[in-house]
Amino acid sequence: MTGLLLLALGASLVNNFVLTNFLGLCPFVGVSRRFEAAAGMALATLFVLTLASGLSFALWHWVLQPLGLEHVRTLGFILLIAGVVQFTELMVRATSPLLHQVLGLFLPLITTNCAVLGVALINVDRQRGLLESLVYGASAGAGFGLALLLFTALRERLDASDVPAAFRGAPVALVTAGLMALAFMGFAGLGAR
Amino acid sequence: MSAEVWLACAVAAALAATCGFALGWAASRLPPATDRLVDRIDALLPQTQCGQCLYPGCRPYAAAIASGEADIDRCPPGGEATVRALAVLLDREPKPVDPAHGPDKGLVVAWIDEQRCIGCARCLPACPVDAIVGAHRYAHTVIAEQCTGCERCLAPCPVDCIEVRPVPQLATLKRWPRAA
Repeated sequence: MTGLLLLALGASLVNNFVLTNFLGLCPFVGVSRRFEAAAGMALATLFVLTLASGLSFALWHWVLQPLGLEHVRTLGFILLIAGVVQFTELMVRATSPLLHQVLGLFLPLITTNCAVLGVALINVDRQRGLLESLVYGASAGAGFGLALLLFTALRERLDASDVPAAFRGAPVALVTAGLMALAFMGFAGLGAR
Repeated sequence: MSAEVWLACAVAAALAATCGFALGWAASRLPPATDRLVDRIDALLPQTQCGQCLYPGCRPYAAAIASGEADIDRCPPGGEATVRALAVLLDREPKPVDPAHGPDKGLVVAWIDEQRCIGCARCLPACPVDAIVGAHRYAHTVIAEQCTGCERCLAPCPVDCIEVRPVPQLATLKRWPRAA
């Protein structure tokens, strides 16, 4: 139990996927202009990450390893993730057409969010069990969502503030992301794992 | 090629096929029924985007009708014909348009008195359908065929040179089939 808790803490805060491992930066910068869109993206990514880590566990342990096909895992995982993302898009379109419109292109782009593939590969490399994989995926998604929402809130404030002309737009956003990454280093040593 | 390569290809193909079938099954199980209802309601609304129903536009109002949040009598530009069409679609009793959301003026379009227009261009961004032609320091005019008569351009005009006029019964009006 403590192990799982530490795993979740580690994946969401200490080794935050965006701010420590620099994975998933595309949606982090792309969908952080408006809070509602960011919240939708965070939820969608959390859903995809959890589902994909469970399914990739099944694929790895029940198909690829018995057949001795460890070397095609990247291809297999990408296929799996693409399927899950498409499923998520179906769900979002059916439940909230407005959110579907807001997220637009970024919803299918979760497929190429390297955090999703990263979680699947890390799970396999560390030889985690099904429950551990699911917890790791979910907390990585939660960490991604946390970072994304905090960053979006900061950017909405930045839009209203008087930024020097040379820094307006992307530059100040990237500087902000860097400062956030520094702040998240404060979590290092928490749980020590 | 060695057998292993073929095996890898077969596994990848099987995986893709499984994903495809699962997605097809999920798509057939998740019919976006509410979405289609919103589309059908939206098609009956006049698309003036005037906001007199107190929603930001016609589609949000259509969504509100679909979810049961708003009644069907809040669209003065659509008038009785729209309420009747909505009542048929949703199988409800038709009712008169609620006067609290504005009077039913019939089919109107905006008209600019070009003698008085000072060319301030303030009415241009107000128009939800870009039916006003003009530029700074040039008199503006309304493309009657595009105008939805939503009256949003009246308030920004500093010299009050815009008024709404009943549409002459010409066949050139290609807008929503209100009279039909």
